[in-house]
Amino acid sequence: MIIFDRTRTAAVAAAVLLLAGGFFLPQWALFLITLSLAKGLVVLGLMLLMRTGLVSFGQGLYYCLGAYAAGTLGQFLHIADALWMLILSVVICCAVASVLGVLLAAYRGIFFAMLSLAFSMVLYGLLVKSSALGSTDGFNVAASTLAGASLAGRARFIYFAMSVLCALLASIGMHGFLSSNLGRLAPAVRDNELRVEYLGASVRRVVYLNTLIAAGLAGLGGGLTALVVGHIDPDLAYWTSSGEFVFVAILSGTGNVLAPFLGSVLFEVLRSFAYEYSPNTWQMVVGVAMLLVIAVLPSGLWSVFTWRRKVV
Amino acid sequence: MAATLEAIGLTKTFGAVTAASNITVQVEHETIVGLIGANGAGKTTFLNLVTGHLRPTAGSIRYLGREITRLSPRQVTQLGICRSFQIPQVFDSLSAYQNLLVATGIAARASKDSSNAIEGTGIADAAQRMLSRFKLTDHRDVPACVLPEGVRKLLDISMAMVGKPRVLLLDEPTSGVSADEKFALMDLVLAAISGEGVTVLFVEHDMEIVRRYAQRILAFYEGRIIADGRPQSVLDDGEVRKLVVGEELTRSSAAGASSC
Repeated sequence: MIIFDRTRTAAVAAAVLLLAGGFFLPQWALFLITLSLAKGLVVLGLMLLMRTGLVSFGQGLYYCLGAYAAGTLGQFLHIADALWMLILSVVICCAVASVLGVLLAAYRGIFFAMLSLAFSMVLYGLLVKSSALGSTDGFNVAASTLAGASLAGRARFIYFAMSVLCALLASIGMHGFLSSNLGRLAPAVRDNELRVEYLGASVRRVVYLNTLIAAGLAGLGGGLTALVVGHIDPDLAYWTSSGEFVFVAILSGTGNVLAPFLGSVLFEVLRSFAYEYSPNTWQMVVGVAMLLVIAVLPSGLWSVFTWRRKVV
Repeated sequence: MAATLEAIGLTKTFGAVTAASNITVQVEHETIVGLIGANGAGKTTFLNLVTGHLRPTAGSIRYLGREITRLSPRQVTQLGICRSFQIPQVFDSLSAYQNLLVATGIAARASKDSSNAIEGTGIADAAQRMLSRFKLTDHRDVPACVLPEGVRKLLDISMAMVGKPRVLLLDEPTSGVSADEKFALMDLVLAAISGEGVTVLFVEHDMEIVRRYAQRILAFYEGRIIADGRPQSVLDDGEVRKLVVGEELTRSSAAGASSC
């Protein structure tokens, strides 16, 4: 077995650096990184699907569902513990995905994308109509404790640390999964389903499992987002939200499990500055950046690293 | 002892076309069987029926005495009937080694006899061994999409062998391979699988190959088996010569008319 693993080492190093930097970073930067890492979790799941040859335009479903699961537990059931809120986010999303996944696993390509989009818009429609959950306005979310310890006064840093930790564990876990016998089937399914079946493995099961993992990660990202933003609304499930995840996934590239987090942070930074300096045309700035990435780095931002390695 | 593979009254129709018509045949353990016939004679259909890719319209297939007619390709593969394809079915974006890693990984999960601790190195070793058995070591890290056709064929066959099949079905192993490499490829494949106790059925258009490697020949014509027996007797059969192989006489009289 490989004892020294570059990706794992890089992940741990990045997490330690971030946590140390967290003591010095201004509040806005902490918030921005926390939110980016939360969204990066969703993109990590999407990356797994893309490696399997599937593009989901509906990860907003689980992102929103995770956020609402966390919010509902805190706001309506009065269990305002951040840990339980996140656990519920993941559990609910996996439960929903275990049902929808049965349907989704039968589709590929544009049909998979559109069906996943449809499911997310169904949730959006339901939430907009449910006044108990604040319809279009949504509601505020606040946790008072984390595993029993009070969050008062230091919530922002703790959420930051939690998102760093979640991103670290998720990326290391995903890295391990991708090099396992089961994870290695993802690109195999993308390349040649017939062969996978003729080797004795079930394509459907691979797609189902990867859909489930992606849903769990999106739920975790949604739960974290609810905590750190403190407010949730149905827009989390709107198709533009799902589209943004696809956008970031393409921007990042599927080359490495750390790419989604890097891409997500860069995207949030880019958007924040674009919004700051050209509030009316920020979408154009983001769009141009996307075009540039596609033109210069067709396999995403991460190819900067692999490209340099090849040249040397 | 039950035959390794047995088809009983196997029939497959596509609308008005009969691709397999009442095929009854038994294949004994560890024989090498050549399947010959013109295009559309039903050779590949027969392989597709055996592996469960197609459901027969009528009839049944038995493997080691067990009914496998309604099983899917995955289940048939798990039981020990593996196949290679006329057009190599490999994972194009993965290297030869990664292709075999996928295959060994699936086989390891299916057998589950290896403990988790040694599983990781176990499958890597198995993939490496398979590379050297099929003389693919030089192509280890080359993406499959840029490998030459002959190498892709070998990779395809090596992946079929990973699951330690009892029956190996090769669909035109030498098609797309240059004439002077055909024998080398067949020698390599048969050497690599010898001693594994594998029953081989291979579809082939080159009669020289069939004559040299098959112990028994099944000649297909319009979905039927028109001759079955030792290579020499089948190839000398009047009907086979007329419908499949082509007469020596016609070849020499119609100069240049190819018979393949």
